[in-house]
Amino acid sequence: MIRYELLKSILPIIRDHLVVCNIGAPSQELYALDDQETNFYMLGTMGLCSSIGFGLALAQEKTVIAIDGDGSVLTNLATLSTIGNHQADNFILLIVDNGSYGSTGDQPTYTSGRTSLAKVAAACGCENTASVPAENVGEVLREAIAMRRQSVIIAECQSGNVDVPVIDLDPVNIIERFKTQIQDI
Amino acid sequence: MATATDQKIVDSLARCGVGFLTSVPCKQLAGVIELADKSDQFMHVPCNKEDEGMGLCAGAYMGGRQSCIIMQNTALGVVVNTLATLIQFYHIPLPMLISYRGEIGEKVACQVEMALHTKAILDQLHIPTYHFSDSRDVQRLDGILTHAQMSRKPIAVLTDATFWRSAQ
Ligand SMILES: [Mg+2]
Repeated sequence: MIRYELLKSILPIIRDHLVVCNIGAPSQELYALDDQETNFYMLGTMGLCSSIGFGLALAQEKTVIAIDGDGSVLTNLATLSTIGNHQADNFILLIVDNGSYGSTGDQPTYTSGRTSLAKVAAACGCENTASVPAENVGEVLREAIAMRRQSVIIAECQSGNVDVPVIDLDPVNIIERFKTQIQDI
Repeated sequence: MATATDQKIVDSLARCGVGFLTSVPCKQLAGVIELADKSDQFMHVPCNKEDEGMGLCAGAYMGGRQSCIIMQNTALGVVVNTLATLIQFYHIPLPMLISYRGEIGEKVACQVEMALHTKAILDQLHIPTYHFSDSRDVQRLDGILTHAQMSRKPIAVLTDATFWRSAQ
């Protein structure tokens, strides 16, 4: 399963929740699949998806799903220790681990080598960390939401992107509609 | 030990509605961080690096909390991309309370190197910048914090060694 197929499979689950989505291919694919005002698309700033999602989860009570990637998490690994040391029961970090930098042409990341993000996250103090085959992510995600427990789900995916357009939304529009939705959902 | 000036800064943050703070450790700002951490007015989440901290602040803002980052000026070398593509691009208000190392009174020569670039980087990014060099400058903080919220921009408060000495 590639990222696009994984996103497609979890659409019915994430649609009703606050989603912070990683820069590049992940946001573009999610936008093309199912644009929701409850989606915050990152248009820049590689590496901060997990941090933005966690700040959002700490600041309010609704469930937040941050959809990050292996390459991006590797650029901001230390945020896993911030997440591991603070409790936000409404926070789910979903790391799409396809072992490659998808947005720049699928160059390999170190998770395709010897690096295990699941072990890093666990060592950083993140409880409920699990590496899950892409096919089973929906089930695990559903349970994490229902149990309302802070979780890190590492989705084991194949490398590969789908050809979708660049997001044409204005950033201020993205953030304003998102902030409005938080009050309504 | 926190000083009266530290208390004034923390009171100003609370009065102006700041509800989320992130910080990296700093000797000069230690008293402010200590008081803020003890206060139940704020959620304080220390960060490992300032770009991470700005991500946390952006998220907290989206969740309805005004946020503020406490950092050193050397970190401006780390956060240029984050300021431009996240904070400024999405119009996120973000006061940066900055310890201005490397100014008159500095004991560590290397700190002067980033001090030389501090205002140039802020100018280049068109970030409103306020330089505190006397403890009485604290009186300006309410207005500055309000201005950041109103304009939805990052703003920088540079607190130098002379400010902290006069604040003893
Ligand atoms: Mg990847």
